[in-house]
Parts: sequence; structure tokens; C-alpha cells
Amino acid sequence: MVNRIIVGAHYGLKDWLAQRVTALVMIAYTVLFLAVWPRPMSYAAWKALFAHGWMQFATFLLVASVLIHAWIGMRNIWMDYVKHTGLRLALQVATILWLVGCAGWAMQIIWR
Amino acid sequence: MPDLTAKKKRPLWYNLSPLNLPLPGLVSILHRVSGAMLFLGLIGFLLLLDMSLASESGYAQVGEWVRAPIVKLLVIASIWGLLHHLCAGIRHLFLDIDIGTSLHAARRSAFAVFVVSLLMATSIAVRIW
Repeated sequence: MVNRIIVGAHYGLKDWLAQRVTALVMIAYTVLFLAVWPRPMSYAAWKALFAHGWMQFATFLLVASVLIHAWIGMRNIWMDYVKHTGLRLALQVATILWLVGCAGWAMQIIWR
Repeated sequence: MPDLTAKKKRPLWYNLSPLNLPLPGLVSILHRVSGAMLFLGLIGFLLLLDMSLASESGYAQVGEWVRAPIVKLLVIASIWGLLHHLCAGIRHLFLDIDIGTSLHAARRSAFAVFVVSLLMATSIAVRIW
């Protein structure tokens, strides 16, 4: 570890790790999706794919991973470029609300 | 003739223009740009998924939309963004576990990220156009 003054805060290791773990989940989902992608494609086959319990389970994990991954990435972008504290806070809060809302929407799509 | 220029400590000026970045730097900034793109595109992905799964007519509607040239361009841009982000991300995971961290290897893997993501995006683009 780099020598730093102890202030009792965490140094972002959890976020760094979460970014990597969620990335691995998304890579795994990509591989799964390419393997089970219906050929030939039709509405019935597409619908049947997402009716499987394991597909819903996997897709839910994907949604959760995207939520966390996109939050950390967007937070980093806001932290790097938006210097005004109030504006940055507003953008970060908006990002969280948007992502949580999208995750809810995605869950509704998966378990219709 | 004595070397006069070496005596003085000259201020360094880094040209950070994207056009002047070494390849790994270009991969890095495009990783960020493509990530932001995907964040903005999230609503589009969800909209298409929602409609395509909702009903037979919704599925047909999505198929029709995707045939429009402007939507095709957006889909292709999204696919490139996804592929670049994926390839650059995989490269990042290897760098995290100290694989390919030498300058030479990092430049080569950066080049590979561009080659793989652009080739795959192009082949998909050709197929869906």
C-alpha cells in the first residue's frame, strides 16, 4: 500500500473491485447470450429464451452489474470533469436515480 | 561547440490532444467515451428489449425500426461502443493482474483492441446493413 495519512475513509478499493467483478459478470453474460441466442430468430424463440428461469436469473445479474458498473464509471466522469460541487452532486444523484429506475424497468421486462 | 540547451531546465509541455496520444492513451479515452455512450444508450437498449418481448406486433415493430438507416447507424455505433468497451475492459483486467504492463506489450495490446473491435464491428455492420 502507498503511504497515506489515515483519515478513516476507504480509498475506493471497494469501487475498484466492484468495477472488475461486475465486468466479469457482464463478460460471462455476453458469452452465455451468444451461446443461447436463437437461430433462426423469431418472436416465439426470443420470448421462450427470456421465459427460462435461468435466463431471468442471469439477466437480473446483468442488470445489477450494469447498475453498479455504470454508476462507478459515470461517478468517475463527473468527479473528473465537473468541478462545481453542487452541480456534481446533482449530476451524481440524477445518475443514481436514473440507473435505479432503469433497473426497475428492466426487472419488469424480465418478469412480465 | 558547447551544448547550451542542456544547461537550462526547460518547462515541459505535453500535448494532450487526442490526435497526439499514443495508442494506449487513445484506447483509454475511447474506453471512457464509449462507456458514457453506452450509459446514454441504455434507454434505447431497454426500449428495444421491452418492445420486442411485449408482443408479436412489438417484435415486428422493432424489426421495422431497426431497418431504418438512422437506427441502423445508431445500432452500429452502439455495437462498436460495446465492442471497444469490452475489448479495452478485458485488456484492463489483464493489466490489473500485471500481464502486459511493459510499454511494448501495452502498445501491442492497445493496437489489438482497435483491430479486434473495429474488425468485429465492421463485420457486424456489413451483415446487418
